[in-house]
Amino acid sequence: MAKGRVQLHGVMKSFGAVDVIKGVDLEIAPGELTVFVGPSGCGKSTLLRLVSGLELPTGGSIMIGDRDVTLVHPSERGIAMVFQSYALYPHMSVAENMGFGLKIAGLPKNLIKEKVARAAEILQLTPLLDRKPRALSGGQRQRVAIGRCIVREPEVFLFDEPLSNLDAALRGQMRVEIARLHAKLGATMIYVTHDQVEAMTLATRIVVLNAGRVEQIGAPIELYRHPANLFVAGFIGSPRMNFMDGLVDGAEADSVSVRLNGATLRLPRHNADVRPGAKVTVGIRPEHFRVGPGVDAGDDQAVEFDSVIDLVERLGGETLAHLRMPSLSDGVLVVKMSGDIALRIGTGLRVGVRLAQCHLFDAQGRAVGEPGSRAAVAA
Amino acid sequence: MAGGPMYDNRVSGYLYIAPFLIGLATFTLFPFLSSFLLSFSDYQLQDPVQQARFLGLGNYLHMMGDDTFHGSLGVTFLYVFVTVPLKLAFALFIAFVLNFKLRGISFFRTAYYVPSILGGSVAIAVLWRYVFAGDGLINQALVWAGGEPLNWLGEPAYALFTIVLLRLWQFGSAMVVFLAGLQNIPTDLYEAATIDGAGKARIFFTITLPLLTPVIFFNFIMQIVQAFQEFNGPYIITGGGPLKSTYLLPLMIYEEAFKYFNVGYAAALSWVLFLIIAIFTIIAFASAKYWVFYGNEREDEE
Repeated sequence: MAKGRVQLHGVMKSFGAVDVIKGVDLEIAPGELTVFVGPSGCGKSTLLRLVSGLELPTGGSIMIGDRDVTLVHPSERGIAMVFQSYALYPHMSVAENMGFGLKIAGLPKNLIKEKVARAAEILQLTPLLDRKPRALSGGQRQRVAIGRCIVREPEVFLFDEPLSNLDAALRGQMRVEIARLHAKLGATMIYVTHDQVEAMTLATRIVVLNAGRVEQIGAPIELYRHPANLFVAGFIGSPRMNFMDGLVDGAEADSVSVRLNGATLRLPRHNADVRPGAKVTVGIRPEHFRVGPGVDAGDDQAVEFDSVIDLVERLGGETLAHLRMPSLSDGVLVVKMSGDIALRIGTGLRVGVRLAQCHLFDAQGRAVGEPGSRAAVAA
Repeated sequence: MAGGPMYDNRVSGYLYIAPFLIGLATFTLFPFLSSFLLSFSDYQLQDPVQQARFLGLGNYLHMMGDDTFHGSLGVTFLYVFVTVPLKLAFALFIAFVLNFKLRGISFFRTAYYVPSILGGSVAIAVLWRYVFAGDGLINQALVWAGGEPLNWLGEPAYALFTIVLLRLWQFGSAMVVFLAGLQNIPTDLYEAATIDGAGKARIFFTITLPLLTPVIFFNFIMQIVQAFQEFNGPYIITGGGPLKSTYLLPLMIYEEAFKYFNVGYAAALSWVLFLIIAIFTIIAFASAKYWVFYGNEREDEE
């Protein structure tokens, strides 16, 4: 069954001389919630607008279901869209906003009323149906915008940064509501955001975009555990992954030895295509450090560093320590510890990390080899 | 003293606003009040004011039987009811076209505004007279196109048309306001409507027009007020003729005062004109709640 499937083949988009989308291939399975994520200007919103038909591609093709919709009018693609600004018609009531598309489609009044009432019930908007958008709160407007999509019964829901106009508390709440809605409707959804927490929590699959290209596609946890390159490694995860420059000492069948910070790390890797002497980047997530004297002493599956505390951010539930190391060239190392830990700035701190949790990237920024064993990484 | 040193020196404060207050009193309040008083008198321009006699409502009662006034009033209403909707529609149309995102559109936006800077001036009105003269540009064009030359300024039906056209020609200020209003409508709404399946005409009538009503309302009031006060066109181009077919009320007021020296009667006519404009404005404001939509997305209602 292809209803709700979205396929992009070599999709390109240029605005004048500027190439915004540089050839994207993508297949979204029916019922998936796919999140396009990336820094501002990466082309994620443009890609969504290409799927919606509000922009037409300069190359490639787009399929929704079994139809080639590359040049089809937005209203005939079987999509519905939630805009960042909600784009509610300010002079129409909630019910009129939700029923506008159906009215244009020429549906009989009682059928429109019925569909609007049903969508309003799903979204708990029933008491607000006669209000104008200006009399609604941000979260309520957001729900009306979603309701306008639901009544159209589209094959694909499109969300363009729908939560970015809401305050933090409401954003968390609406995120949960959208996740629930997806579970309830089981429809295909494409969701654009620059917020990686939204991406991680909502997505069935994440598409990481950078400068008009797809950097990696995968399930959220997969991207977190096995970023394909430095960009994804730095983008997914908060605070971002620490990067340290190292040199390859030698490569064996199941490991790569890297000289880093005066120590030699034997990182478990299969099929690593690196030569001794090659420059590499070792990536370690802040939450993978373990802190304290002799944390990993005697463990040959771990490595330890001595550092000096530069800055401490106490968030209550967790503590972020910014550390300096004698031989760490680029700036500071961030370590995340759970709980509230009192640390004195300027004092020394010994941190350790398991080798299996170290990421390795070559000079081009690509992940080196395959991880030693999945079990070890997951630990 | 409460208020601190800033409020101690009141004299210099009043000195700063004095130029405005003096101007207001001399050029607005005094004429306003004196015209009101004069409208109850038989004051003649050539006589000292002391000789003016109090007539009570005499001037106003005289209007009821004054055929010239009735004719002028009819022409004025016809002029206003024709020019205001036409000008609003034309200005909106040009603004709509100038709102397209085209290369060099800023040049055209400026170019289309130029007639409004020149439009109301005496020089353009004089030019208008030549353009519509017997051997003027319009007739030459008509003959060239194989038509018959028309007596634009001599035929009552055409003469009013020429001064209507002069007003339409000054569409720029209304257009600029419309353009600003159009640019205030978020693109998202058009995109949402496109996805909802609305065509261009439907979007215009169900999205653009309703969201533009505050601007339409503003322009409507401004145009009503200005049209009722039109003077240059009839004074310079047609002189109110032929057969008083372009004898707008402001021209009649002018002639009563400065041609026939009946200042008292002219003052009374001014007050009637003022009342007419006031009534139209009040009706417009009263009707606004039924058709003007203020869309600023605020949460201070309900």
